[in-house]
Amino acid sequence: MNTIIEVHNLTVVYGRKPALWNVDFELPEKQVIGIMGPNGSGKSTLLKAIMGVVEPTGGFTKVYDTNLDAVRHRVSYVPQRQDIDWDFPASVWDIVSMGRFQKRGLFKKLTTADKDIISESLEKVNMLGFAKRQISQLSGGQQQRVFLARAIAQQGDLFLMDEPFAGVDIATEEMIISLIKEMKAAGKTLVIVHHDLHTAQSYFDHLVLLNTRLVACGPTKTVFTDQILTDTYGGKLTTIAKISQELENKEFPIRHK
Amino acid sequence: MNDFYIIFTASLVAVNCALMGSFLVMRKMVMIGDAISHAVLPGIFIAYYVSGSTASLPILVGAALSGIVATIMIEWFTQKARLQSDAAIGISYTLLFSIGIVLISKYGANADLDQQCVLYGEIEYVSLWLKPIIGGFMLPQQAITLGIVSIVLIVAVIVGYRGLFITTFDPNYALSTGVFVTFWHYFLMSGVSLTTVVSFESVGAILVVAFLSGPPAIAYLLTEDFKKMLVLACVTGIGCSVGGYYFAKWLDVSIAGSISAVIGLVFTMVFFITSVQKSKADVIST
Repeated sequence: MNTIIEVHNLTVVYGRKPALWNVDFELPEKQVIGIMGPNGSGKSTLLKAIMGVVEPTGGFTKVYDTNLDAVRHRVSYVPQRQDIDWDFPASVWDIVSMGRFQKRGLFKKLTTADKDIISESLEKVNMLGFAKRQISQLSGGQQQRVFLARAIAQQGDLFLMDEPFAGVDIATEEMIISLIKEMKAAGKTLVIVHHDLHTAQSYFDHLVLLNTRLVACGPTKTVFTDQILTDTYGGKLTTIAKISQELENKEFPIRHK
Repeated sequence: MNDFYIIFTASLVAVNCALMGSFLVMRKMVMIGDAISHAVLPGIFIAYYVSGSTASLPILVGAALSGIVATIMIEWFTQKARLQSDAAIGISYTLLFSIGIVLISKYGANADLDQQCVLYGEIEYVSLWLKPIIGGFMLPQQAITLGIVSIVLIVAVIVGYRGLFITTFDPNYALSTGVFVTFWHYFLMSGVSLTTVVSFESVGAILVVAFLSGPPAIAYLLTEDFKKMLVLACVTGIGCSVGGYYFAKWLDVSIAGSISAVIGLVFTMVFFITSVQKSKADVIST
């Protein structure tokens, strides 16, 4: 399998607080890859560092075995929905058009072909009927679909998504996951920051477990173990595990999933 | 004719400020305009001291340069020192403004620089400096300068619309697609600096801030399309200038103060009307 992303000794420090410490791993292409870890474990920072949105304090990253700038047109970034002011006076169409700015440049008019791509991207996330809608009137799930459509309109091969499942309705989550499977089948690579442990095994082929430092990186089958999850989530997970163990010992009826 | 000169000058200030203010409001950095309008003082004094004259051009250049120094300082304090942006603005402009005050009080004993004029402007007297344009038609000197700036800004906003829009809405995404976000930041800040510098001479620092924040905020309440917001902010600004002028004439009060007051009143009215409409719409939709 070819390597698509390399992260080498990456350290990012905000002020005096490290967000990422000496993280080092490689990711295979044409897979659905989950980045998981507790809150504040540096998941978003990792994506931002790969996309050049934050400057690394130390170390470096490579995409397609080269500097990101050389292959930027092949990589789409989906920022966290909450990072944006959704009361901004703009329509769904305005936002998804941004996906074509890279190809067309900031000064040339969008062509008919661009407009077709924008329509198709909206169609893929079932939002074509909302093209003229103001973004302030969208639900959380619809906002996320708009962001996905914008990334699809860029027509890249590698997608880095920051918490696309956070705060969306079930219909949207199911739609996104089927879209992700479709994209994988079409040979795309998807790197997704995620926080729900229940769905991790069914969603991802490959996992990166992060807690400021790298805890583990590998195929979901080998990495998604009790030991590694305890190492990643530390105290919080062990407390829960201990309580259920305790209850079990006292033969309380407790449901197992 | 005097009425026309004053209203025309105020309207040009309104248009310049509306264009820049709309972007500043959406970037949550309107107070940068306030900062620049104060921070230009040392630049004005140094330009005056070096050139030995109160001619417009050297003063404008000096002011614009210190305005840009202020934005660089603010950017540096927020990025490198990780200071909150409002604290960075506060520190930068009070520092520059006070340097200006110290310089004037030390070396400018007989300088023709009036601190009163910096804050309140002198729009009442624009018709004292008339210049012929074409066929005997005269315009105030300040209106000519402001008009040139208006043309520059309109062209800049139309040509740079996409860059300004994407970096205002979602700078991180813009960076990820390879947009040079820092360039667009300083592109906008140069426009703001230019606007503030040429405007505050006519209308004073307070009205500049009122024009930068008021009409864009009113337009923001009235539309959900950013292009319409830009146009609406310009129209609102002009409307408030006309209304404010006649209000001042009627009551025989300061024109700049009266225009500021009208902007504030219009905002309050629009806010109440739109929030009543919104709550009605909410009742219907639920």
